[in-house]
Amino acid sequence: MRNPQSAIENPKSRAMLLAALYIAQEQYGWLNPEAIRRVADRLNLTEGQVRSTASFYTLFKLEPQGRYRIQVCEGLSCYLVGGAEPMMDFISKKLKIKPGETTPDGKFTLEVVECLAACDLAPALKVNDELYGQMTAEKIDALLEELRNV
Amino acid sequence: MFEPILTRNIHRPNSEKIATYLAHGGYAAVKLALTKTPDELIEMVKRSGLRGRGGAGFPAGVKWGYMPKGAGIQKFVAVNTDEGEPGTFKDREIVERDPHQVIEGVIIAAYAVGASRAYVYIRGEFFLGVKRWIKAIADAYEYGFLGRNILGSGFDLDMSVHRGAGAYICGEETAMLESLEGKRGNPRLKPPYPAQAGLFGLPTLVHNIETLACIPHIVERGPEWFASIGTAESKGPKIFSVSGHVNRPGNYELPLGVTLREIIYEHAGGIRGGRELKAVIPGGASTPMLTASQIDVPMAYETLKAAGSELGTGAIVVLDVTTCMVETARRLTKFFAHESCGRCTPCRIGSQRLYETLDRIESGKGTMDDIDRAVELARGIDGITFCPMGAMLVNPARSAIQHFRPEFEYHILNKHCLVCKSKERNYG
Ligand SMILES: Cc1cc2nc3c(=O)[nH]c(=O)nc-3n(C[C@H](O)[C@H](O)[C@H](O)COP(=O)(O)O)c2cc1C
Ligand code: SF4
Ligand code: FES
Repeated sequence: MRNPQSAIENPKSRAMLLAALYIAQEQYGWLNPEAIRRVADRLNLTEGQVRSTASFYTLFKLEPQGRYRIQVCEGLSCYLVGGAEPMMDFISKKLKIKPGETTPDGKFTLEVVECLAACDLAPALKVNDELYGQMTAEKIDALLEELRNV
Repeated sequence: MFEPILTRNIHRPNSEKIATYLAHGGYAAVKLALTKTPDELIEMVKRSGLRGRGGAGFPAGVKWGYMPKGAGIQKFVAVNTDEGEPGTFKDREIVERDPHQVIEGVIIAAYAVGASRAYVYIRGEFFLGVKRWIKAIADAYEYGFLGRNILGSGFDLDMSVHRGAGAYICGEETAMLESLEGKRGNPRLKPPYPAQAGLFGLPTLVHNIETLACIPHIVERGPEWFASIGTAESKGPKIFSVSGHVNRPGNYELPLGVTLREIIYEHAGGIRGGRELKAVIPGGASTPMLTASQIDVPMAYETLKAAGSELGTGAIVVLDVTTCMVETARRLTKFFAHESCGRCTPCRIGSQRLYETLDRIESGKGTMDDIDRAVELARGIDGITFCPMGAMLVNPARSAIQHFRPEFEYHILNKHCLVCKSKERNYG
Protein backbone atom coordinates (compact mmCIF):
# COMPACT_ATOMS: atom_id res chain seq x y z
CA MET A 1 0.00 0.00 0.00
CA ARG A 2 1.82 3.10 1.17
CA ASN A 3 5.27 1.60 1.22
CA PRO A 4 5.92 -0.91 -1.53
CA GLN A 5 9.64 -0.98 -0.70
CA SER A 6 8.98 -2.36 2.75
CA ALA A 7 10.29 -5.81 3.56
CA ILE A 8 6.78 -6.82 4.44
CA GLU A 9 3.66 -7.22 2.35
CA ASN A 10 1.15 -6.31 4.98
CA PRO A 11 1.60 -2.87 6.57
CA LYS A 12 -0.60 -3.94 9.44
CA SER A 13 1.98 -6.43 10.65
CA ARG A 14 4.54 -3.64 10.84
CA ALA A 15 1.98 -1.73 12.89
CA MET A 16 2.68 -4.23 15.66
CA LEU A 17 6.28 -3.07 15.95
CA LEU A 18 5.96 -0.69 18.91
CA ALA A 19 3.87 -3.19 20.84
CA ALA A 20 6.39 -5.94 20.07
CA LEU A 21 9.26 -3.75 21.23
CA TYR A 22 7.49 -3.11 24.52
CA ILE A 23 7.04 -6.84 25.05
CA ALA A 24 10.66 -7.58 24.18
CA GLN A 25 11.89 -4.80 26.45
CA GLU A 26 9.80 -6.16 29.28
CA GLN A 27 11.33 -9.62 28.80
CA TYR A 28 14.97 -8.63 28.40
CA GLY A 29 15.03 -5.46 30.51
CA TRP A 30 16.34 -3.55 27.50
CA LEU A 31 16.46 -3.97 23.75
CA ASN A 32 19.63 -6.02 23.48
CA PRO A 33 20.73 -7.46 20.11
CA GLU A 34 18.85 -10.68 20.73
CA ALA A 35 15.64 -8.80 21.51
CA ILE A 36 16.00 -6.77 18.31
CA ARG A 37 16.68 -9.92 16.29
CA ARG A 38 13.66 -11.74 17.67
CA VAL A 39 11.33 -8.79 17.01
CA ALA A 40 12.69 -8.49 13.48
CA ASP A 41 12.17 -12.20 12.80
CA ARG A 42 8.70 -12.22 14.22
CA LEU A 43 7.48 -9.24 12.17
CA ASN A 44 9.44 -10.04 9.05
CA LEU A 45 11.45 -6.82 9.21
CA THR A 46 15.19 -6.28 8.99
CA GLU A 47 17.15 -5.71 12.20
CA GLY A 48 18.09 -2.30 10.79
CA GLN A 49 14.44 -1.31 10.43
CA VAL A 50 13.70 -2.40 13.98
CA ARG A 51 16.73 -0.66 15.46
CA SER A 52 16.12 2.53 13.50
CA THR A 53 12.51 2.73 14.65
CA ALA A 54 13.35 1.87 18.26
CA SER A 55 16.03 4.56 18.40
CA PHE A 56 13.45 7.23 17.52
CA TYR A 57 11.56 6.68 20.77
CA THR A 58 13.03 7.60 24.14
CA LEU A 59 11.11 4.91 26.01
CA PHE A 60 12.91 2.19 24.08
CA LYS A 61 16.24 1.48 25.70
CA LEU A 62 19.14 0.31 23.61
CA GLU A 63 21.35 0.05 26.71
CA PRO A 64 20.99 -1.88 29.94
CA GLN A 65 18.86 -0.17 32.57
CA GLY A 66 18.73 -0.22 36.34
CA ARG A 67 15.86 -1.97 38.06
CA TYR A 68 14.37 1.40 39.00
CA ARG A 69 14.48 4.14 36.39
CA ILE A 70 14.13 7.47 38.17
CA GLN A 71 12.89 10.04 35.67
CA VAL A 72 13.12 13.63 36.83
CA CYS A 73 10.97 16.17 34.99
CA GLU A 74 12.86 19.21 33.77
CA GLY A 75 9.81 20.94 32.33
CA LEU A 76 9.07 24.60 32.98
CA SER A 77 6.27 24.11 35.51
CA CYS A 78 8.39 21.76 37.60
CA TYR A 79 11.34 24.16 37.39
CA LEU A 80 9.18 27.09 38.52
CA VAL A 81 8.33 25.40 41.81
CA GLY A 82 11.80 24.21 42.68
CA GLY A 83 11.99 20.94 40.72
CA ALA A 84 14.08 20.13 37.65
CA GLU A 85 17.88 20.57 38.05
CA PRO A 86 17.91 21.27 41.82
CA MET A 87 15.85 18.14 42.36
CA MET A 88 18.02 16.20 39.93
CA ASP A 89 21.19 17.37 41.73
CA PHE A 90 19.72 16.29 45.03
CA ILE A 91 18.94 12.77 43.81
CA SER A 92 22.20 12.59 41.91
CA LYS A 93 24.16 13.22 45.11
CA LYS A 94 22.16 10.63 47.03
CA LEU A 95 22.69 7.93 44.41
CA LYS A 96 26.20 9.05 43.51
CA ILE A 97 25.46 8.89 39.79
CA LYS A 98 24.91 11.50 37.09
CA PRO A 99 21.85 11.74 34.85
CA GLY A 100 22.05 8.98 32.25
CA GLU A 101 24.02 6.67 34.55
CA THR A 102 23.15 3.48 36.41
CA THR A 103 24.33 2.61 39.93
CA PRO A 104 27.00 -0.15 40.01
CA ASP A 105 24.59 -2.55 41.74
CA GLY A 106 22.20 -2.13 38.79
CA LYS A 107 19.43 -0.88 41.01
CA PHE A 108 18.91 2.72 39.85
CA THR A 109 19.13 4.56 36.56
CA LEU A 110 18.78 8.33 36.65
CA GLU A 111 17.13 10.08 33.71
CA VAL A 112 15.99 13.53 32.63
CA VAL A 113 12.51 13.67 31.13
CA GLU A 114 10.31 16.37 29.64
CA CYS A 115 6.95 17.53 30.95
CA LEU A 116 5.13 14.49 32.32
CA ALA A 117 1.73 16.16 31.99
CA ALA A 118 1.57 16.33 35.76
CA CYS A 119 2.37 20.02 36.12
CA ASP A 120 -0.41 20.39 38.69
CA LEU A 121 1.61 17.99 40.86
CA ALA A 122 4.93 19.72 40.22
CA PRO A 123 7.66 19.04 41.02
CA ALA A 124 7.14 15.60 39.54
CA LEU A 125 9.17 12.49 38.84
CA LYS A 126 8.49 8.95 37.76
CA VAL A 127 9.95 5.67 38.91
CA ASN A 128 9.44 3.13 36.13
CA ASP A 129 5.74 3.58 35.32
CA GLU A 130 4.71 5.16 38.59
CA LEU A 131 4.20 8.92 38.91
CA TYR A 132 5.22 10.81 42.07
CA GLY A 133 4.11 14.42 42.50
CA GLN A 134 4.68 17.37 44.83
CA MET A 135 8.12 16.07 45.72
CA THR A 136 10.12 17.45 48.60
CA ALA A 137 13.55 16.51 49.94
CA GLU A 138 11.86 14.41 52.65
CA LYS A 139 9.61 12.58 50.22
CA ILE A 140 12.53 11.81 47.92
CA ASP A 141 14.57 10.45 50.84
CA ALA A 142 11.69 8.24 51.91
CA LEU A 143 11.12 7.01 48.37
CA LEU A 144 14.78 6.13 47.79
CA GLU A 145 14.89 4.36 51.13
CA GLU A 146 11.84 2.31 50.26
CA LEU A 147 13.22 1.34 46.85
CA ARG A 148 16.59 0.39 48.32
CA ASN A 149 14.93 -2.06 50.64
CA VAL A 150 12.70 -3.92 48.22
CA MET B 1 -22.59 30.08 37.69
CA PHE B 2 -21.11 27.88 34.96
CA GLU B 3 -21.86 24.20 35.42
CA PRO B 4 -18.95 21.88 34.48
CA ILE B 5 -19.86 19.53 31.67
CA LEU B 6 -16.74 17.67 30.57
CA THR B 7 -15.47 17.26 34.13
CA ARG B 8 -18.80 16.75 35.83
CA ASN B 9 -18.00 13.12 36.67
CA ILE B 10 -14.34 13.20 37.55
CA HIS B 11 -14.72 13.88 41.25
CA ARG B 12 -17.12 10.99 41.81
CA PRO B 13 -15.71 7.84 43.39
CA ASN B 14 -14.82 5.25 40.71
CA SER B 15 -15.50 7.84 38.03
CA GLU B 16 -13.57 5.78 35.48
CA LYS B 17 -15.89 2.79 35.73
CA ILE B 18 -18.62 2.09 33.21
CA ALA B 19 -21.16 1.53 36.01
CA THR B 20 -20.55 5.05 37.34
CA TYR B 21 -20.77 6.50 33.87
CA LEU B 22 -24.04 4.68 33.14
CA ALA B 23 -25.51 5.65 36.51
CA HIS B 24 -25.12 9.30 35.55
CA GLY B 25 -26.72 9.15 32.15
CA GLY B 26 -23.76 7.79 30.19
CA TYR B 27 -24.18 6.33 26.69
CA ALA B 28 -27.60 7.97 26.28
CA ALA B 29 -26.08 10.16 23.59
CA VAL B 30 -24.98 7.13 21.56
CA LYS B 31 -28.52 5.75 21.64
CA LEU B 32 -29.82 9.10 20.47
CA ALA B 33 -27.15 9.50 17.80
CA LEU B 34 -27.88 6.11 16.27
CA THR B 35 -31.46 7.27 15.57
CA LYS B 36 -30.11 10.14 13.45
CA THR B 37 -28.49 10.05 10.02
CA PRO B 38 -24.75 10.61 9.69
CA ASP B 39 -25.41 13.86 7.80
CA GLU B 40 -27.65 15.15 10.58
CA LEU B 41 -24.85 14.53 13.08
CA ILE B 42 -22.23 16.26 10.94
CA GLU B 43 -24.60 19.20 10.62
CA MET B 44 -25.08 19.32 14.40
CA VAL B 45 -21.34 19.41 15.04
CA LYS B 46 -20.95 22.16 12.46
CA ARG B 47 -23.71 24.22 14.06
CA SER B 48 -22.23 23.75 17.54
CA GLY B 49 -19.14 25.71 16.52
CA LEU B 50 -16.86 23.13 18.22
CA ARG B 51 -13.19 23.65 17.35
CA GLY B 52 -10.40 21.14 17.92
CA ARG B 53 -8.92 21.18 21.43
CA GLY B 54 -5.59 19.60 20.43
CA GLY B 55 -3.99 22.96 19.71
CA ALA B 56 -4.86 24.00 16.17
CA GLY B 57 -8.51 24.93 16.77
CA PHE B 58 -9.82 23.66 13.45
CA PRO B 59 -13.66 23.46 13.21
CA ALA B 60 -14.59 19.85 14.00
CA GLY B 61 -17.72 19.69 11.86
CA VAL B 62 -15.84 20.94 8.82
CA LYS B 63 -13.27 18.18 9.31
CA TRP B 64 -16.05 15.59 9.56
CA GLY B 65 -17.42 16.96 6.29
CA TYR B 66 -14.05 16.39 4.58
CA MET B 67 -14.28 12.65 5.17
CA PRO B 68 -15.33 10.95 1.94
CA LYS B 69 -18.88 9.65 2.00
CA GLY B 70 -20.11 6.17 1.25
CA ALA B 71 -19.70 2.69 2.60
CA GLY B 72 -17.34 1.49 -0.14
CA ILE B 73 -14.11 2.67 1.49
CA GLN B 74 -12.66 1.64 4.81
CA LYS B 75 -12.32 4.66 7.14
CA PHE B 76 -10.80 5.19 10.55
CA VAL B 77 -10.97 7.42 13.59
CA ALA B 78 -7.66 8.14 15.34
CA VAL B 79 -7.89 9.34 18.91
CA ASN B 80 -5.07 11.61 20.00
CA THR B 81 -4.08 11.07 23.66
CA ASP B 82 -0.44 11.89 23.13
CA GLU B 83 -0.53 15.04 25.28
CA GLY B 84 3.02 16.29 25.58
CA GLU B 85 2.80 20.06 25.16
CA PRO B 86 4.57 21.33 28.29
CA GLY B 87 2.09 22.79 30.76
CA THR B 88 -0.81 20.68 29.48
CA PHE B 89 -2.32 17.95 31.66
CA LYS B 90 -6.02 17.90 30.80
CA ASP B 91 -6.03 14.81 28.58
CA ARG B 92 -4.29 12.75 31.22
CA GLU B 93 -7.04 13.61 33.69
CA ILE B 94 -9.78 12.85 31.13
CA VAL B 95 -8.48 9.35 30.29
CA GLU B 96 -7.69 8.48 33.84
CA ARG B 97 -10.99 9.64 35.26
CA ASP B 98 -13.63 9.57 32.54
CA PRO B 99 -12.59 7.49 29.53
CA HIS B 100 -16.16 6.46 28.69
CA GLN B 101 -17.11 10.02 27.85
CA VAL B 102 -14.44 9.91 25.13
CA ILE B 103 -15.47 6.45 23.91
CA GLU B 104 -19.01 7.75 23.56
CA GLY B 105 -17.70 10.64 21.46
CA VAL B 106 -15.65 8.23 19.34
CA ILE B 107 -18.65 5.99 18.63
CA ILE B 108 -20.74 8.96 17.52
CA ALA B 109 -17.94 10.39 15.38
CA ALA B 110 -17.23 7.01 13.77
CA TYR B 111 -20.91 6.49 12.99
CA ALA B 112 -21.16 9.99 11.50
CA VAL B 113 -18.19 9.58 9.15
CA GLY B 114 -18.71 5.86 8.46
CA ALA B 115 -15.54 4.61 10.15
CA SER B 116 -15.37 0.97 11.16
CA ARG B 117 -12.29 1.12 13.35
CA ALA B 118 -10.94 3.51 15.96
CA TYR B 119 -7.31 3.61 17.02
CA VAL B 120 -6.38 5.24 20.29
CA TYR B 121 -2.83 6.56 20.40
CA ILE B 122 -1.70 7.26 23.94
CA ARG B 123 1.51 8.76 25.19
CA GLY B 124 3.83 5.97 26.37
CA GLU B 125 4.43 7.64 29.72
CA PHE B 126 0.72 7.49 30.63
CA PHE B 127 0.81 4.09 32.24
CA LEU B 128 -2.35 4.52 34.29
CA GLY B 129 -4.03 6.05 31.26
CA VAL B 130 -3.18 2.97 29.17
CA LYS B 131 -4.71 0.71 31.79
CA ARG B 132 -7.82 2.87 32.02
CA TRP B 133 -8.24 2.94 28.24
CA ILE B 134 -7.90 -0.84 27.95
CA LYS B 135 -10.39 -1.53 30.73
CA ALA B 136 -12.89 1.05 29.48
CA ILE B 137 -12.80 -0.32 25.93
CA ALA B 138 -13.20 -3.90 27.17
CA ASP B 139 -16.23 -2.84 29.25
CA ALA B 140 -17.76 -0.90 26.36
CA TYR B 141 -17.52 -4.10 24.26
CA GLU B 142 -19.13 -6.11 27.01
CA TYR B 143 -22.08 -3.73 27.26
CA GLY B 144 -22.56 -3.76 23.50
CA PHE B 145 -21.41 -0.19 22.82
CA LEU B 146 -18.52 -1.47 20.69
CA GLY B 147 -18.26 -4.44 18.33
CA ARG B 148 -20.86 -5.82 15.94
CA ASN B 149 -24.31 -4.32 15.49
CA ILE B 150 -24.04 -1.71 18.23
CA LEU B 151 -27.33 -1.48 20.17
CA GLY B 152 -29.08 -3.26 17.33
CA SER B 153 -28.37 -0.42 14.91
CA GLY B 154 -26.41 -2.44 12.37
CA PHE B 155 -23.40 -0.18 12.94
CA ASP B 156 -20.08 -1.95 13.72
CA LEU B 157 -17.07 -0.39 15.39
CA ASP B 158 -13.85 -1.86 16.72
CA MET B 159 -11.50 0.08 18.96
CA SER B 160 -7.98 -0.60 20.22
CA VAL B 161 -5.23 1.13 22.16
CA HIS B 162 -1.71 1.80 20.91
CA ARG B 163 1.00 3.02 23.16
CA GLY B 164 3.45 5.66 21.96
CA ALA B 165 6.99 5.46 23.24
CA GLY B 166 8.28 8.89 24.17
CA ALA B 167 8.36 11.38 21.30
CA TYR B 168 6.56 14.73 21.52
CA ILE B 169 6.30 15.03 17.75
CA CYS B 170 4.03 11.96 17.62
CA GLY B 171 1.25 14.25 18.89
CA GLU B 172 1.30 15.92 15.47
CA GLU B 173 -1.41 14.08 13.61
CA THR B 174 0.57 12.74 10.65
CA ALA B 175 3.52 11.74 12.84
CA MET B 176 0.99 9.93 15.01
CA LEU B 177 -0.25 8.03 11.96
CA GLU B 178 3.31 7.04 11.05
CA SER B 179 3.83 5.84 14.61
CA LEU B 180 0.56 3.88 14.53
CA GLU B 181 1.92 2.17 11.42
CA GLY B 182 4.95 1.08 13.45
CA LYS B 183 7.42 3.58 12.02
CA ARG B 184 9.57 6.47 13.20
CA GLY B 185 7.33 9.44 13.99
CA ASN B 186 8.29 11.75 11.14
CA PRO B 187 5.44 14.05 10.06
CA ARG B 188 4.05 13.63 6.56
CA LEU B 189 3.67 16.45 4.10
CA LYS B 190 0.12 17.86 3.94
CA PRO B 191 -1.89 17.71 1.71
CA PRO B 192 -3.07 15.04 1.50
CA TYR B 193 -4.76 15.58 4.85
CA PRO B 194 -5.57 12.59 7.06
CA ALA B 195 -9.25 12.89 6.07
CA GLN B 196 -8.16 12.13 2.50
CA ALA B 197 -5.28 9.71 3.05
CA GLY B 198 -4.51 8.89 6.67
CA LEU B 199 -3.73 5.64 8.42
CA PHE B 200 -2.57 2.99 5.91
CA GLY B 201 -3.44 5.53 3.24
CA LEU B 202 -7.14 5.47 4.10
CA PRO B 203 -9.39 8.36 5.20
CA THR B 204 -8.87 9.02 8.90
CA LEU B 205 -10.59 11.43 11.24
CA VAL B 206 -8.08 12.59 13.86
CA HIS B 207 -9.24 14.24 17.07
CA ASN B 208 -7.94 15.23 20.43
CA ILE B 209 -9.79 13.52 23.27
CA GLU B 210 -11.16 16.74 24.76
CA THR B 211 -12.77 17.50 21.38
CA LEU B 212 -14.32 14.02 21.34
CA ALA B 213 -15.54 14.43 24.94
CA CYS B 214 -17.67 17.39 23.78
CA ILE B 215 -19.55 15.30 21.19
CA PRO B 216 -21.99 13.37 23.44
CA HIS B 217 -23.10 16.64 25.04
CA ILE B 218 -23.65 18.33 21.69
CA VAL B 219 -25.84 15.41 20.61
CA GLU B 220 -27.77 15.25 23.85
CA ARG B 221 -28.26 18.91 24.65
CA GLY B 222 -28.19 20.22 21.11
CA PRO B 223 -25.75 22.34 19.10
CA GLU B 224 -27.57 25.57 20.06
CA TRP B 225 -26.92 24.90 23.73
CA PHE B 226 -23.21 24.35 23.00
CA ALA B 227 -22.99 27.45 20.83
CA SER B 228 -24.65 29.53 23.57
CA ILE B 229 -21.51 29.04 25.67
CA GLY B 230 -18.45 31.10 24.82
CA THR B 231 -17.72 33.96 22.43
CA ALA B 232 -18.40 34.77 18.78
CA GLU B 233 -15.76 32.41 17.39
CA SER B 234 -15.01 30.20 20.39
CA LYS B 235 -17.83 27.97 21.52
CA GLY B 236 -18.36 25.61 24.39
CA PRO B 237 -16.62 24.62 27.59
CA LYS B 238 -12.84 24.28 27.80
CA ILE B 239 -10.55 22.61 30.29
CA PHE B 240 -7.76 24.98 31.29
CA SER B 241 -4.68 23.38 32.86
CA VAL B 242 -3.13 25.91 35.24
CA SER B 243 0.37 25.49 36.66
CA GLY B 244 3.42 27.46 37.74
CA HIS B 245 3.31 30.09 40.47
CA VAL B 246 -0.33 29.75 41.51
CA ASN B 247 -1.80 28.68 44.82
CA ARG B 248 -4.07 26.01 43.35
CA PRO B 249 -2.63 24.45 40.21
CA GLY B 250 -5.07 22.13 38.45
CA ASN B 251 -7.57 21.67 35.65
CA TYR B 252 -10.44 24.12 35.56
CA GLU B 253 -13.35 23.70 33.22
CA LEU B 254 -14.81 27.07 32.27
CA PRO B 255 -16.61 28.60 29.33
CA LEU B 256 -14.38 29.85 26.53
CA GLY B 257 -14.11 33.61 26.81
CA VAL B 258 -13.40 33.65 30.55
CA THR B 259 -10.59 36.11 31.25
CA LEU B 260 -7.10 35.02 32.12
CA ARG B 261 -7.40 37.17 35.23
CA GLU B 262 -10.44 35.29 36.49
CA ILE B 263 -8.75 31.94 35.93
CA ILE B 264 -5.56 32.93 37.73
CA TYR B 265 -6.99 34.93 40.62
CA GLU B 266 -10.37 33.32 41.25
CA HIS B 267 -10.08 29.71 40.21
CA ALA B 268 -6.38 28.99 40.68
CA GLY B 269 -6.26 30.96 43.93
CA GLY B 270 -3.91 33.76 42.88
CA ILE B 271 -0.13 33.92 42.95
CA ARG B 272 1.88 31.99 45.50
CA GLY B 273 3.09 34.04 48.41
CA GLY B 274 0.96 36.97 47.22
CA ARG B 275 3.73 37.93 44.82
CA GLU B 276 3.27 40.02 41.74
CA LEU B 277 2.52 38.52 38.35
CA LYS B 278 5.12 38.90 35.62
CA ALA B 279 4.01 36.92 32.58
CA VAL B 280 1.65 34.17 31.46
CA ILE B 281 1.94 31.48 28.83
CA PRO B 282 -1.73 31.14 27.85
CA GLY B 283 -1.99 28.02 25.69
CA GLY B 284 0.90 25.63 26.31
CA ALA B 285 4.64 26.00 25.87
CA SER B 286 4.44 26.71 22.16
CA THR B 287 2.18 29.75 22.46
CA PRO B 288 3.66 33.27 22.78
CA MET B 289 3.75 34.59 26.32
CA LEU B 290 1.74 37.58 27.48
CA THR B 291 2.70 40.17 30.09
CA ALA B 292 0.91 40.88 33.37
CA SER B 293 -0.75 43.91 31.78
CA GLN B 294 -2.53 41.69 29.25
CA ILE B 295 -4.43 39.36 31.56
CA ASP B 296 -7.84 40.88 30.97
CA VAL B 297 -7.85 39.07 27.64
CA PRO B 298 -10.72 36.61 27.23
CA MET B 299 -9.48 33.05 26.71
CA ALA B 300 -10.84 32.57 23.21
CA TYR B 301 -9.27 31.80 19.84
CA GLU B 302 -9.92 35.24 18.32
CA THR B 303 -9.10 37.38 21.35
CA LEU B 304 -5.82 35.65 22.11
CA LYS B 305 -4.83 35.95 18.48
CA ALA B 306 -5.54 39.69 18.63
CA ALA B 307 -3.38 39.87 21.78
CA GLY B 308 -0.48 38.30 19.90
CA SER B 309 -0.79 34.76 21.20
CA GLU B 310 -2.94 31.66 20.74
CA LEU B 311 -5.38 29.52 22.68
CA GLY B 312 -3.36 26.39 21.84
CA THR B 313 -4.26 23.63 24.30
CA GLY B 314 -5.51 26.14 26.89
CA ALA B 315 -2.65 25.30 29.24
CA ILE B 316 -1.78 28.32 31.36
CA VAL B 317 1.66 28.63 32.93
CA VAL B 318 1.82 31.47 35.43
CA LEU B 319 5.16 33.23 36.03
CA ASP B 320 5.61 35.60 38.95
CA VAL B 321 8.22 38.34 39.40
CA THR B 322 10.86 35.91 40.60
CA THR B 323 10.99 34.26 37.16
CA CYS B 324 13.93 34.77 34.85
CA MET B 325 12.54 35.23 31.34
CA VAL B 326 15.82 34.33 29.67
CA GLU B 327 15.83 31.04 31.51
CA THR B 328 12.16 30.47 30.65
CA ALA B 329 12.87 30.96 26.95
CA ARG B 330 16.03 28.85 27.16
CA ARG B 331 14.32 25.94 28.88
CA LEU B 332 11.37 25.83 26.49
CA THR B 333 13.61 26.12 23.43
CA LYS B 334 15.77 23.31 24.77
CA PHE B 335 12.67 21.16 24.91
CA PHE B 336 11.72 21.87 21.31
CA ALA B 337 15.28 21.45 20.05
CA HIS B 338 15.35 18.06 21.72
CA GLU B 339 11.98 17.05 20.29
CA SER B 340 12.62 18.12 16.69
CA CYS B 341 12.20 14.97 14.61
CA GLY B 342 15.20 16.04 12.56
CA ARG B 343 13.53 15.75 9.20
CA CYS B 344 14.05 19.32 8.00
CA THR B 345 17.11 21.50 8.49
CA PRO B 346 15.57 24.81 9.70
CA CYS B 347 13.89 23.00 12.57
CA ARG B 348 16.70 20.58 13.39
CA ILE B 349 19.67 22.95 13.13
CA GLY B 350 17.80 26.21 13.72
CA SER B 351 16.29 25.10 17.02
CA GLN B 352 19.70 23.93 18.21
CA ARG B 353 21.34 27.26 17.28
CA LEU B 354 18.52 29.18 18.91
CA TYR B 355 18.93 27.16 22.08
CA GLU B 356 22.71 27.67 22.11
CA THR B 357 22.25 31.41 21.68
CA LEU B 358 19.81 31.62 24.58
CA ASP B 359 22.04 29.39 26.67
CA ARG B 360 24.99 31.74 26.08
CA ILE B 361 22.93 34.74 27.16
CA GLU B 362 21.55 32.96 30.20
CA SER B 363 24.95 31.83 31.42
CA GLY B 364 26.41 35.33 31.07
CA LYS B 365 28.55 34.53 28.04
CA GLY B 366 26.41 36.31 25.46
CA THR B 367 27.09 39.45 23.48
CA MET B 368 24.59 42.14 22.48
CA ASP B 369 24.52 40.69 18.95
CA ASP B 370 23.12 37.47 20.36
CA ILE B 371 19.71 39.04 20.99
CA ASP B 372 19.33 40.03 17.34
CA ARG B 373 20.82 36.69 16.33
CA ALA B 374 18.06 34.92 18.25
CA VAL B 375 15.39 37.04 16.58
CA GLU B 376 16.99 36.38 13.20
CA LEU B 377 17.18 32.64 13.81
CA ALA B 378 13.51 32.60 14.81
CA ARG B 379 12.58 34.42 11.58
CA GLY B 380 14.59 31.88 9.60
CA ILE B 381 12.75 28.92 11.12
CA ASP B 382 9.17 30.20 11.17
CA GLY B 383 7.05 29.36 8.16
CA ILE B 384 9.49 27.27 6.16
CA THR B 385 9.45 23.97 7.99
CA PHE B 386 7.86 20.71 6.96
CA CYS B 387 5.35 20.67 9.85
CA PRO B 388 3.98 23.34 12.26
CA MET B 389 6.67 22.52 14.84
CA GLY B 390 8.97 25.17 13.36
CA ALA B 391 6.41 27.95 13.79
CA MET B 392 5.69 26.74 17.32
CA LEU B 393 9.22 26.39 18.61
CA VAL B 394 10.21 30.01 17.97
CA ASN B 395 7.40 31.43 20.11
CA PRO B 396 8.97 31.25 23.58
CA ALA B 397 12.20 32.97 22.51
CA ARG B 398 10.55 35.50 20.25
CA SER B 399 7.86 36.56 22.73
CA ALA B 400 10.30 36.70 25.66
CA ILE B 401 12.60 39.00 23.72
CA GLN B 402 9.69 41.10 22.51
CA HIS B 403 8.30 41.70 26.00
CA PHE B 404 11.41 41.48 28.17
CA ARG B 405 14.33 42.64 26.03
CA PRO B 406 15.91 44.68 28.89
CA GLU B 407 16.22 41.47 30.89
CA PHE B 408 18.22 39.85 28.10
CA GLU B 409 20.43 42.95 27.95
CA TYR B 410 20.94 42.88 31.69
CA HIS B 411 22.14 39.29 31.47
CA ILE B 412 24.67 40.21 28.82
CA LEU B 413 25.96 43.39 30.47
CA ASN B 414 26.14 42.04 34.02
CA LYS B 415 26.92 38.42 33.20
CA HIS B 416 24.27 37.24 35.63
CA CYS B 417 20.56 37.31 36.17
CA LEU B 418 18.38 40.07 37.50
CA VAL B 419 16.00 37.82 39.38
CA CYS B 420 17.45 34.32 39.74
CA LYS B 421 18.95 35.01 43.15
CA SER B 422 15.48 34.88 44.68
CA LYS B 423 14.72 31.51 43.11
CA GLU B 424 13.19 28.90 45.40
CA ARG B 425 15.69 26.34 46.61
CA ASN B 426 14.07 23.36 48.25
CA TYR B 427 16.79 20.78 48.06
CA GLY B 428 19.92 20.84 50.17
C1 LIG C 1 4.30 19.48 17.14
C2 LIG C 1 2.85 19.18 17.36
C3 LIG C 1 2.45 18.46 18.46
C4 LIG C 1 1.11 18.16 18.68
N1 LIG C 1 0.75 17.45 19.78
C5 LIG C 1 -0.56 17.14 19.98
C6 LIG C 1 -0.95 16.35 21.11
O1 LIG C 1 -0.13 15.93 21.92
N2 LIG C 1 -2.28 16.07 21.26
C7 LIG C 1 -3.22 16.50 20.37
O2 LIG C 1 -4.40 16.20 20.54
N3 LIG C 1 -2.87 17.24 19.30
C8 LIG C 1 -1.56 17.56 19.08
N4 LIG C 1 -1.22 18.29 17.97
C9 LIG C 1 -2.29 18.69 17.03
C10 LIG C 1 -2.59 17.57 16.04
O3 LIG C 1 -1.70 17.67 14.95
C11 LIG C 1 -4.01 17.69 15.50
O4 LIG C 1 -4.24 18.99 15.07
C12 LIG C 1 -5.08 17.32 16.49
O5 LIG C 1 -4.84 16.08 17.08
C13 LIG C 1 -6.42 17.29 15.80
O6 LIG C 1 -7.45 17.11 16.73
P1 LIG C 1 -8.47 18.27 17.11
O7 LIG C 1 -9.01 18.81 15.81
O8 LIG C 1 -9.50 17.58 17.91
O9 LIG C 1 -7.71 19.28 17.87
C14 LIG C 1 0.14 18.61 17.75
C15 LIG C 1 0.55 19.34 16.64
C16 LIG C 1 1.88 19.64 16.44
C17 LIG C 1 2.27 20.43 15.24
S1 SF4 D 1 9.49 21.02 11.45
FE1 SF4 D 1 10.76 19.87 12.91
S2 SF4 D 1 9.40 18.34 13.76
FE2 SF4 D 1 8.42 19.10 11.86
S3 SF4 D 1 9.15 17.72 10.27
FE3 SF4 D 1 10.63 19.40 10.32
S4 SF4 D 1 12.24 18.64 11.74
FE4 SF4 D 1 10.45 17.35 12.04
S1 FES E 1 6.64 20.43 33.75
FE1 FES E 1 6.97 18.71 35.01
S2 FES E 1 5.12 17.63 34.75
FE2 FES E 1 4.82 19.32 33.41
